[in-house]
Amino acid sequence: MSAKRETLGKTVGVVIAVCLVCSIIVSSAAVGLRELQETNAAIDKQSNIVEAAGLIDFAADDISGTFNKYIEERFINLETGEYVDEPKDGYDMYKEAKNPTFSVEVANSNVGFKQRASIANIYLVRNDAGEVTRLVLPVHGSGLWDLMYGLLAIDADGNTVRELIYYQHKETPGLGGEIQNPSWKAKWNGKKLFDDGKVAIEVNKGDNSNDQYAVDALSGATLTSNGVQNTLTYWAGENGFGPYLKNQTWKS
Amino acid sequence: MAEIKEMKQVLFGPVLNNNPIALQVLGVCSALAITTKLETALVMSLALTTVCAFSNLFISLIRNHIPSSVRIIIQMTIIASLVIVVDQVLKAYSYEISKQLSVFVGLIITNCIVMGRAEAYAMKSPPFMSFLDGLGNGIGYSVVLIIIGTVKELFGFGTLLGFEILPLIQNGGWYQGNGLLILPFSSFFLIGGLIWVIRTIRPAQVEPKG
Repeated sequence: MSAKRETLGKTVGVVIAVCLVCSIIVSSAAVGLRELQETNAAIDKQSNIVEAAGLIDFAADDISGTFNKYIEERFINLETGEYVDEPKDGYDMYKEAKNPTFSVEVANSNVGFKQRASIANIYLVRNDAGEVTRLVLPVHGSGLWDLMYGLLAIDADGNTVRELIYYQHKETPGLGGEIQNPSWKAKWNGKKLFDDGKVAIEVNKGDNSNDQYAVDALSGATLTSNGVQNTLTYWAGENGFGPYLKNQTWKS
Repeated sequence: MAEIKEMKQVLFGPVLNNNPIALQVLGVCSALAITTKLETALVMSLALTTVCAFSNLFISLIRNHIPSSVRIIIQMTIIASLVIVVDQVLKAYSYEISKQLSVFVGLIITNCIVMGRAEAYAMKSPPFMSFLDGLGNGIGYSVVLIIIGTVKELFGFGTLLGFEILPLIQNGGWYQGNGLLILPFSSFFLIGGLIWVIRTIRPAQVEPKG
């Protein structure tokens, strides 16, 4: 038997048969489950935004319903701060950062990335009366190990921070990973981004509960804390959402 | 009766007597990386047990047709396909956890336990026994992961499966979390300690000197 097994024809035949069967199994699993996975990814994204909007308790299990009812996605040109139409179907600022049509060089910043998209996806949160109550702005910047992606929620005054939610990062659990700790996240509530038009928000050492421009840094995670600082400095500044927040475009 | 005894031996032997991590010292890398939280350890255990049991089953089914010159590649193909299926299922039904496990599910492909059992047992045993062997080794791996995950999460974060057991100082409690246990490499100490304990109970596992 073993002699028969070793012929070239049989070897090739068995290999091809195994490959065929395996590829059929793999592709049917991938295709069959794709829809469910995409729904999951979409709900995951929406639940982050709903959390930033402060509606997570209100939404309970109906994330999509709440999202569709109270949250509106808009697109802004970061340079001018004006609204623009959706540049293309399913536009995602992180995917388009390297696309030459939208790519903008990032110079003189320690935020940790070299290119960003010229148009940002932002989310307006409205109340039942249709007034804008919060803005949810995507922010990202480098932490200790990798880029950290988050959502910054600010009040309709364009200055008061409500939430800073990091939903994707690779920081060390227990140290830098504490950026997701609810008690640290709660420290952002009520802080101000700008003092007299200048970016004033700081992440630094010490008890800052009375300082409206500063948040206590994470202990044991200096580089992560610096990363958060750089991220906010960049995104609140001239090259980030500065023009949009200054014009208060959402009010017009 | 003899068969039932053998089945028991194949299924439960790897838990203590022939544990894949503690005695064979296989699959240590994933045991280091994903045991920070008990929940991820549980899901990883389940994923590995499934893959190990079914890869053994399928490989055993076709063992008489696998040409020995390409047997490793065929084993890898089957294991890799199973891992992709498991990964896809996790993404579809347990999105949060699949995000935390990230690449480690994919790395089951290179987990020595799966490959080792396929090569050492499934290639020369009937399908049902191979399935049990895969299951048993998966359980052996799981036991170690669950023990380490429990110790690390309880003393590192003061929680178990996310429920607070020892309230942390950061959250207004009294327990100072052990920062060492949060880091992946602390599993080395824990696995080392576990091997020590097992070999004290079962002195036969100690390697002969000289």
